[in-house]
Amino acid sequence: MKTILGYLRPHAPRVAVGVTVKFTAAVLELLLPLLLAHIIDDCVPARDLPGVFRAGGLMLLMAFGAAFCNITANRMAAWVSMDMTRQLRRDLYQRTLLLSQAQLDRFSVSSIVSRLTNDTYNVHQMFDKIQRGGIRAPMLVLGGLALTFFQAPPLALVQLGVCSATFFAIWLVTRRGIPRYTRAQEAVDTVVRILQENAAGVRVVKALVCQGRERDRFAAASRASKEAEEAAGCVMAAANPLSDFLLNLGLVLVVLAGAALVDRGRMASGQIVAFLSYFTLIQTATLGLAKLFVKYSKGVASARRIEEVLLAPEDQQVRVPGEAPGPELGMENASFSYLGVEKDLDGASFSLNKGETLGVLGPTGSGKTTLISLLLRLYDADSGVVWVGSRDVSALSREDLRGRFGVVFQNEALLNDSVYENISFLRGLSREDVTAAARTAQAWAFIEALPEGLDARLDIRGANLSGGQRQRLLIARALAARPGILILDSADSALDYRTAAALHAAVRRDCPGVTLVVISERVASLRDADRILVLEDGVIAAQGTHGELLETCGRYRRMAELQMGGLT
Amino acid sequence: MKQTVLVRLGRFLRPYGFQFLLLLVLLLAGNLLSLAAPLLSGRAVDAVGIRAGGVDFPGVLRNCAGMLGCYALSSLLSYLVSSRLLRTAQAVSHDLRKAAFDRMSELPVDYFDTHPSGDLISRICYDVDTVNATLSTDLLQLGTSVFTVAGSFLMLLLLSPRLTLVFLVTVPLSAALTRFQMKRIHPLFRLRSRELGALNGFAEERMGCRRSIRTYGVEKEDLNLFDQRNDAASRAYYDADRASAALGPSVNFVNNISLTFVSVFGALLYLGGGLSLGSLSSFVLYSRKFSGPIREAANLLAELQASAAAAERVLDLLDQEPEAADPAGALPVEHLRGDIRFDHVTFGYDPARPVLRDFTAHIPAGSLAAVVGPTGAGKTTLVSLLLRFYRPQSGTITVDGVPLDAYSRDGLRRRLALVLQDTWLFGGTIAENIAYGAPEASREQIIEAAKAARIHRFISSLPQGYDTVLTDEGISKGQKQLLAIARCLLTDADVVILDEATSNVDTETEGEISLAMERLRQGRTCFVIAHRLATVRGADRILVLDQGGAAEQGTHGELLAAGGVYAQLYAAQFQS
Repeated sequence: MKTILGYLRPHAPRVAVGVTVKFTAAVLELLLPLLLAHIIDDCVPARDLPGVFRAGGLMLLMAFGAAFCNITANRMAAWVSMDMTRQLRRDLYQRTLLLSQAQLDRFSVSSIVSRLTNDTYNVHQMFDKIQRGGIRAPMLVLGGLALTFFQAPPLALVQLGVCSATFFAIWLVTRRGIPRYTRAQEAVDTVVRILQENAAGVRVVKALVCQGRERDRFAAASRASKEAEEAAGCVMAAANPLSDFLLNLGLVLVVLAGAALVDRGRMASGQIVAFLSYFTLIQTATLGLAKLFVKYSKGVASARRIEEVLLAPEDQQVRVPGEAPGPELGMENASFSYLGVEKDLDGASFSLNKGETLGVLGPTGSGKTTLISLLLRLYDADSGVVWVGSRDVSALSREDLRGRFGVVFQNEALLNDSVYENISFLRGLSREDVTAAARTAQAWAFIEALPEGLDARLDIRGANLSGGQRQRLLIARALAARPGILILDSADSALDYRTAAALHAAVRRDCPGVTLVVISERVASLRDADRILVLEDGVIAAQGTHGELLETCGRYRRMAELQMGGLT
Repeated sequence: MKQTVLVRLGRFLRPYGFQFLLLLVLLLAGNLLSLAAPLLSGRAVDAVGIRAGGVDFPGVLRNCAGMLGCYALSSLLSYLVSSRLLRTAQAVSHDLRKAAFDRMSELPVDYFDTHPSGDLISRICYDVDTVNATLSTDLLQLGTSVFTVAGSFLMLLLLSPRLTLVFLVTVPLSAALTRFQMKRIHPLFRLRSRELGALNGFAEERMGCRRSIRTYGVEKEDLNLFDQRNDAASRAYYDADRASAALGPSVNFVNNISLTFVSVFGALLYLGGGLSLGSLSSFVLYSRKFSGPIREAANLLAELQASAAAAERVLDLLDQEPEAADPAGALPVEHLRGDIRFDHVTFGYDPARPVLRDFTAHIPAGSLAAVVGPTGAGKTTLVSLLLRFYRPQSGTITVDGVPLDAYSRDGLRRRLALVLQDTWLFGGTIAENIAYGAPEASREQIIEAAKAARIHRFISSLPQGYDTVLTDEGISKGQKQLLAIARCLLTDADVVILDEATSNVDTETEGEISLAMERLRQGRTCFVIAHRLATVRGADRILVLDQGGAAEQGTHGELLAAGGVYAQLYAAQFQS
């Protein structure tokens, strides 16, 4: 909560002014009935007509003043909570951009999305409602208490005790409410996840005719969310009646204590009556507070979830580089495991010179993608050394890594934006560069055929393109900034052989001097590599050139024969 | 506008009409009880008397006990009402969410190509939540206010009909003022919900390309784009808040004015002899009773506006046109032989740019047909048409001689087993994912399918095995494809469609699963899209797509001999 409250600090002057204005409005509104009483009790019996008009005019003025102050204060409160939430949401988004892949896996994308949206909304509500409604009620309570102390100190002690008990009760209820709201927000995460999955997988769901099952799955998640909200709400619903009852209990105690005092001649019974009317004032004030406490406990639960992300430690420190491990890129005895059970990459060692091409081949799940995840420092190796540009990757900051790589990831989604923006990808590249990259990626022909060319807009996830077209746009994106190192992870899986061959030839022609890492299931795409790694169960089973591997590696030879019909 | 939202929302509220009514009655009872208590406290004070030593303690105690009883009961009722109302509101929200999702699952696939899922999430989570807040708390407050105001107004009318005329001026005035403001405010609240949806859509999309953002080091640029949307959404939020900030206070203002008028006119009336002092002071007292609840209700107006705008967005989703329902007399599909014909089919996602032009092909029952061709030639489109995701603009597709449209859509889809290019797994366990199309499959069958798809060994290596809950990371695209194949192996469909089913699977594994695929193909029509010509070579018939039409058809040998597009594609495989 401390971090979130910090967002209030820059707005402290504004909040102070807003509170004062709101306070003024409340005072004006409380004075109105006094003037009213003045007209009825003093002016009317005295037949003082000018006095009636004077008081009436003053009432009009005060009504106007109260409205003006209230509007101003509401607007100030709205501005402050809007601006705080804006800043908070921005910082949260920024923090999620900097989360490591491992942290992101742990939080899960759907939970991050729901924190960015639902939780920031709850925090917004909390700040807004407290600023707007949190002034009048405490003011009335404190004012009422003060007044009663003047009236009858012994009775006021009773009241003080009751008020303390009430606040203690509210505190207890709120403390119970917060964890329940946390659970309710977690239930929302599941709802968000199912919605995401269904939007992305609509074709599969429909093709398998599983809409019914998805509906059931969603209904269950929605029900869980409903139940969690109910559990939290029912706890919070107790706050109001409980405090109401306690205060009323106080009322009864005041009457009893008053009776005793009157009996001993230490008080006049009129005082009890006056006391009771103040008491009612306090009571009406506390009632409005209950709604605030619901917003508060919901807001606190959400604020904690946001803080969890904001305060997540930077888990990939930039370390001081050790000895220069080798040439352009490579690994020395590097191991990594996603789940910490089986090694996804086990003792990998290889090295590559600048401008050379590395081919990576291996069965599904043998650790090919893990290999490049480590090179890109998406994850840190559990042991061993990974280096890029002759430096240990753990000594490279994000800025050092920036612009060094062009990568085609598997499963990467295109943006709901223009073709140009999908290739330029926020880097503000020139249209010439983008066009050139598209040509090399064998994408230009189909881009040119689009009615708006580079400015044609893609549907969500690029759904209005074929799989191969999407893949080529991603390749163009990787090439567009002329990176020193180009990584193609199964970048040709959706391409026909002719296009794939043209692509590889074009890359060689248009990107002289580029260090290339090619992961492919196709021997044809790898055969010209300077070094080919054959991965098996996370271990580099063999490495060498195409010719060498044909001689030494049975698996490689089998693959080549299978694919190329024995032509080698 | 608000009226229509309420009417449209009506069908979700109606089932709980009785509940709402009951709660209203309980609410009334609770209010009456809390009104009775002051009566008792008055009696208690009377029992205290004014003399020292003369206090009627039994009387005091009796009345105090009565007060305590009243308060306890009233608090109990109040808890009952608010917790019940909360449950009812949650039930309505649940129904709304469910209805929205049900409609979402009936929407045609292209809806999801043009509507960001973040916006959908925003509608189903945030917007429903906003409606829920109104139902669960604001309604309660509104109900209490209406009771108090109505009751007090009745008393006023009895006390002095002439003085009540003041309200004939001020009540319509505040109604007009509110109406006028609401008209102006409503579009702002609509904009606010929409902007928030757009922001969520953006955030959701960007979470999907985090790796690229990181690799290209464009965090700052991405944050700038987020800022733009965040600023716009915050601005819209504030604009709505700012405009509605006057709503409560202005109603309150009119109320205060009427209080002033009442006291001034009342004083005049009294001085003119038209009213007794007692009546005047009661009248004023009751008019004061107005102001509290009116203030509370006026402050709710802005929130009601927000929920009206939110409800609209949910209802708009419910009004989206679903996939056309099966016509009456649609053929239930129990079994297909699998004789597929494309007859002069023309189709384009954008009709002006057809992807398929006058495409004609015949795939006999039980045969293995392969579709090859350059990317973007329309191969996946063929599958989409077969699955009736889209309808061709002209031409017909028949299965077993019957046009596709004549079948029940779900019945037809059930008879087709497929592995799509875009693999999709949901966040359940591996076993659940494999059994996705066949929920009744036993664990043994699941394992057998996984073994046949050569993914059993990987699954066994995981700490939780088949009960591992899948997440995005830690599983490669090739493994996802193998899981999708295992899923396909468990279905008993008549036509098998494999769209680049093994594009990310290594050749050796592909060779190993070919046996399982062979068995899958047995007695079924099989429709394979692949780039790897080794996969395609054994097909009974190869359709070569180029430029939207069938360029060539024939067996591997025939096509090689013809020396056309296929021969070129084939040769490309061996070029370096």
